[in-house]
Amino acid sequence: MGEAAVKIGGEKKSIFKDKVMELLPDGGNLNACLTCGACASGCPATGLAGMDPRKFLRMAALGMDDELLSSNWAWMCSMCQRCVHVCPMEINIPALVYNVRAAWPRETRPKGILGSCDAALTNESGSAMGTPVDDFIFVVGDVLEEYQENQPEFADMQAPIDKKGAEFVLNQNSREPVTEPDELVPLWKILHTVGVDWTYTSKGWAGENYCMFLSDDESWKHLTTQTIKAANEVGCKTFLNTE
Amino acid sequence: MRKFNIEHDFEIKNIYEYYAKWIREGKLKVNSDWNKDLKIKFTVQDPCQIVRKSFGDPIAEDLRFIVKSVVGEENFIDMTPNRSNNFCCGGGGGFLQSGFKDERLAYGKTKDDQIQATKADYCIAACHNCHAQIHELSEHYGGGYGVVHLWTLICLSLGILGPNEREYLRDDLKELNVFHPETGF
Repeated sequence: MGEAAVKIGGEKKSIFKDKVMELLPDGGNLNACLTCGACASGCPATGLAGMDPRKFLRMAALGMDDELLSSNWAWMCSMCQRCVHVCPMEINIPALVYNVRAAWPRETRPKGILGSCDAALTNESGSAMGTPVDDFIFVVGDVLEEYQENQPEFADMQAPIDKKGAEFVLNQNSREPVTEPDELVPLWKILHTVGVDWTYTSKGWAGENYCMFLSDDESWKHLTTQTIKAANEVGCKTFLNTE
Repeated sequence: MRKFNIEHDFEIKNIYEYYAKWIREGKLKVNSDWNKDLKIKFTVQDPCQIVRKSFGDPIAEDLRFIVKSVVGEENFIDMTPNRSNNFCCGGGGGFLQSGFKDERLAYGKTKDDQIQATKADYCIAACHNCHAQIHELSEHYGGGYGVVHLWTLICLSLGILGPNEREYLRDDLKELNVFHPETGF
């Protein structure tokens, strides 16, 4: 007689798994796992913190919520979705990761991500570097003027902000205006050469969104709404992501 | 946006699609003559957010069309795997700010191996997260390849890239076709 099978989880229920299944229209297919390991074999995060995507999902399926929460792995997964792409059952493991992140008390989540999210909430730019709207407007104007003067071929180049009726609204990663303003210019030159009718918005101009990475739904929604509202006010046809 | 059902009156696109469109329509007259004799080799990173997670393989094709138009088809070497099946660089999802640096670099080893296998001189990264992470990978693992934005190469090819807009390029491209060199710092 063999020994009795080890009973894992017992009556425990996985809050994470149930939550993801409630959230996603197709339930995230979390119960459909074939345990094939295609996810884990093609995941660069496999092995970090002794974890991999297959193990993560199986632990959720077995109700091992406490163990999932005590691992830092949820912050080492980049939610790149390659596991979903290769999964024969299209199981949404990143959605599970997102919810595990969200289950950490907010103040215990990684300081860098938390700080970048909070910085974005300090003003109407939505910038993870905390750059106020006025600073953005100043830098854009200042750099533009310098290039208009020094490179006469681009004397007519524009970098509009809140231009009503522009065809395109562009977002802008904070890195250029804050740390390397000359890097703003190649994109402007391309748009000028083509003759594109475009504009930035003053509110919500920043392209990055660390509140999303922080799994802070409310703040993520706030930042996204801020940007969309500004683009709606311009009345653009197309919102163009520039990276 | 889909997640939150926020009302909007516009469509959302990525600029790669438009770069490709403008080149095809003749509005961006790029060419690869500058690299005919230099033969500097380039590979390209497919950003997860833009390719796999948003627009799929069609935009990966646009990205390759732009790159080949700008650096020359014979000077482009693709990574394996690529497009929607590409590996994440390890800079995404907040990893760059999460504080787990050793783990982030270990994660990025997959990407670094992929890039080094192409023997390319530069990896084109049009996404800021990818750019920062791949730059760090090149230094950390000693690959020595450069990392370059797409807009930099487009302007270089058009002959309108000034001296201050190429600070981060390696020496091979620092002095090439400089627009208004007198405006340098």
